[in-house]
Amino acid sequence: MEIPYTVQNRPDTGIYNAKLGIWLFLASEVMLFGGLFSAYILLRVGAEPGMWPHGWLNVTLGTVNTLLLALSAITTLLAWAACKVRDFTKFKIFHACTILLALTFLGIKSYEYRDKLIHYEIALASGKFADGHLVEKSADFNLAKKTGTVTLHGRIVEDEKELMDLRSPAAQSAKLDEVTIAAADIKKMENYGPKHNTFTAIYFTLTGLHALHILGGTLVIFYFWAFGGAMWKKDPERFTNRIEVSGLFWHFVDLVWIFLFPVLYLT
Amino acid sequence: MEPTVQQFPPFRVGAAHPAHDDHGQHEHHEPNFWQKYIFSTDHKVIGIQYGFMALCFMLFGFFLMMLMRWQIAHPGVAVPLIGPLLEKILGAPAAGGAISPDLYNSFGAMHGTIMVFLGVVPLAFAAFGNYVVPLMIGAPDMTFPRINMASFHAFFLGGVVMLVSFFIPGGAAQAGWTSYSPLASTIPTNGQAFWLVGMVLLITSSLLGAVNFIATIIQLRAPGMTWMRLPFFVWAQFVTAFILLLAFPPLEAAGVLQLMDNVAHTSFFLPTGLAVGGQLADRSGGGSPLLWQHLFWFLGHPEVYVLILPAMGIVAEVIANNTRKPLWGYKSLVYSALFVGFLSFIVWAHHMYLTGMGQKIATFFQTTTMIISVPSVIILTCMFLSLWGGSIRINTPMLFALGFLPMFGIGGLTGLPLGLAASDLYLHDTYYVIAHFHYVVAPGTIFALFAGVYFWFPKMTGRRMNEFWGRVHFWCSFVFMNLVFMPMFAQGIKGMLRRMSDGAVNYSAARVPNAIDTLPGTVMELNTWILWAAIALGIAQIPFIVNLFWSIGHGDKVENDNPWGATTLDWQTPTPPPHGNFAHEPHVVRGPYEYSAPGHASDFTPQNESAENRNAESEKRKDEAPH
Repeated sequence: MEIPYTVQNRPDTGIYNAKLGIWLFLASEVMLFGGLFSAYILLRVGAEPGMWPHGWLNVTLGTVNTLLLALSAITTLLAWAACKVRDFTKFKIFHACTILLALTFLGIKSYEYRDKLIHYEIALASGKFADGHLVEKSADFNLAKKTGTVTLHGRIVEDEKELMDLRSPAAQSAKLDEVTIAAADIKKMENYGPKHNTFTAIYFTLTGLHALHILGGTLVIFYFWAFGGAMWKKDPERFTNRIEVSGLFWHFVDLVWIFLFPVLYLT
Repeated sequence: MEPTVQQFPPFRVGAAHPAHDDHGQHEHHEPNFWQKYIFSTDHKVIGIQYGFMALCFMLFGFFLMMLMRWQIAHPGVAVPLIGPLLEKILGAPAAGGAISPDLYNSFGAMHGTIMVFLGVVPLAFAAFGNYVVPLMIGAPDMTFPRINMASFHAFFLGGVVMLVSFFIPGGAAQAGWTSYSPLASTIPTNGQAFWLVGMVLLITSSLLGAVNFIATIIQLRAPGMTWMRLPFFVWAQFVTAFILLLAFPPLEAAGVLQLMDNVAHTSFFLPTGLAVGGQLADRSGGGSPLLWQHLFWFLGHPEVYVLILPAMGIVAEVIANNTRKPLWGYKSLVYSALFVGFLSFIVWAHHMYLTGMGQKIATFFQTTTMIISVPSVIILTCMFLSLWGGSIRINTPMLFALGFLPMFGIGGLTGLPLGLAASDLYLHDTYYVIAHFHYVVAPGTIFALFAGVYFWFPKMTGRRMNEFWGRVHFWCSFVFMNLVFMPMFAQGIKGMLRRMSDGAVNYSAARVPNAIDTLPGTVMELNTWILWAAIALGIAQIPFIVNLFWSIGHGDKVENDNPWGATTLDWQTPTPPPHGNFAHEPHVVRGPYEYSAPGHASDFTPQNESAENRNAESEKRKDEAPH
């Protein structure tokens, strides 16, 4: 028993099965990310005035990542084109680039995550707020026992709202220094992890889910890259279709980033 | 005659690729138990796997409901017979064999979840769809057989996660099948996290299934099977698959966000200043509880049509077959199904009138809600009109199909007051709503599913289910189903609230005696009546269960491959259909419901019956294939 149209197009629909399948899957992905972006809009519109963060993310790194994915979209396309003209060596080269670009993207993303996870906001007993990246905790630092000190590279502000818009002139001109705070003075200490506020929550969720898609796509492309030789020899057309279908997924994942970048980094 | 699977004609070029040789060798091996029943890629086996699991889950969900009905009728009284067992398994929440309010809540949440996501959808869509759709369109299998297998395995895992959550400390999810936040994030149990992980698995399963169904219906229709020759059942499944494909992902998004709320302590759905147990919660706040409701009901309402469309498809097939005449208004049925599918995406907020939405928004959703009732009524009307002038054969599947019509009618019509904000505000949190949607799903959809089981059983096994016990099953189910749900309308209209673990005893007692708005004693007495009706309904299912298993080995053998004299392609296969389904690729030459066509000797004309193969049949040249 054979399933028809696994490789050739069905004449009246003009498409082969897997390509239709991936388009349907992508339609569902659009609804998934559509739901998440709607959540973003509702949370942002519903935020208290002045409490939605601006300029918290590194635009340079975001731009680099955008360019990496854009480049990987091109190499993906070229890899497929190489298959179409039956040039396996070129396919290997182009998809090697795709994989490297994707891994670099994930590396930069991890660095950005780390940057947020070592960034602390400390509510002080005095009512002020200390904010900055962790430099060191003293050996005996213990919040519960109120012993020791913690050193941040950052600043101390009067009002939490001053931390929200880092693009404001005041925030731009603020001087960052090493500040050391005694545990006894700390009311609450929290890093910029997902639970910090709704912005970090949606940031980690959206980019995390996107990164999972990147990882999945990379694994699939790597599988075809490393172990596709056998099918290439036996049935190059079927292999080319696989590269096309995985490429469609890859382009979609790139496209999601094209939306994520302005929504999270630039606004 | 040993069925032989032939190579398809040469225009299906895709079939002849080099991988074919490997596959061909496998076919000669007799697959072992694991290959045949657990890791099968055959759509028929997967359909039966789904069906079996879904029926088990439905039975389990039914037991949860019986326990709840006991608690409602006799609040705080130990459950007879299985009370000690409950205490042994579940511990403190079932102390003394009685159901604590927390346990009642988790039973309620899990009854809904199991019935909808593990019972009816898998049975209506995945089981019947998998088994019947490829047969009906003349395909050798689903487009992506291995994805199909993965879909079942994801479903199975999802079910396991849901069941496991009963046994964790704190017990299963308690926030209702709708899992409204902030309740869902503040109840001290990890059951909700299990629920969410289970849901993500189930959504993955239905996503894989939906992609497969749509691709199969678009790509694998046999030659001549044009869109307007598809049986209505296939159309219904097609629309259902699109609904699942597009409506489930937003719930998945919501599920991911709520999982973050529960595990990473974010505040997607938790408002600023949320207090839990009198303490300000350690949460950043700033989230929106309404957001959850929107995302949930964006799935939740289309889901209703996921439950009902496949049922309508089954009923259409059974009615056409047993009235021995074409379905009345085939095109209207098809366009109505498509229209319902589209509209189902823009009615969701009629579940949310009580959230205090503005008049303008409420007006929009009231309008779309009233509009969506039009195609639903068209579908039902077409089915009623199909009965007119037919020479109706009464058998068990037909009885269930006929039972479906008025029951779904009651369910649908009682929904109208809920679609209008003014009356919904009063009725929304009462038993009226429970009665309404159970009329749609229980005596509605589930009756249609029973019809489907009795109808396709001979194709699956080569034997019929026992007719006498089938009728006993129908009449008892019909009577007791109504006795269970009809009183709930009265309770709801009198103001009995739903979700109360004591069956409204405290609520009723707290109100001023003899005041106009007190729940009368008769309303409270109905709880006892409903309990007994539910028990009787449970007993009425025993003939079905015994009949189902007994008939596999002992039912009357069918006289031929097409015992009901049906026109659609699913009956033009060997019985049971072998791997690859058709002995010869069918060539479709006519519409799906050519019953009692003038000038024909028999009262049915199969879709693939042409002048040549009719002659071939009549000359009994079975050994000589035309290819």
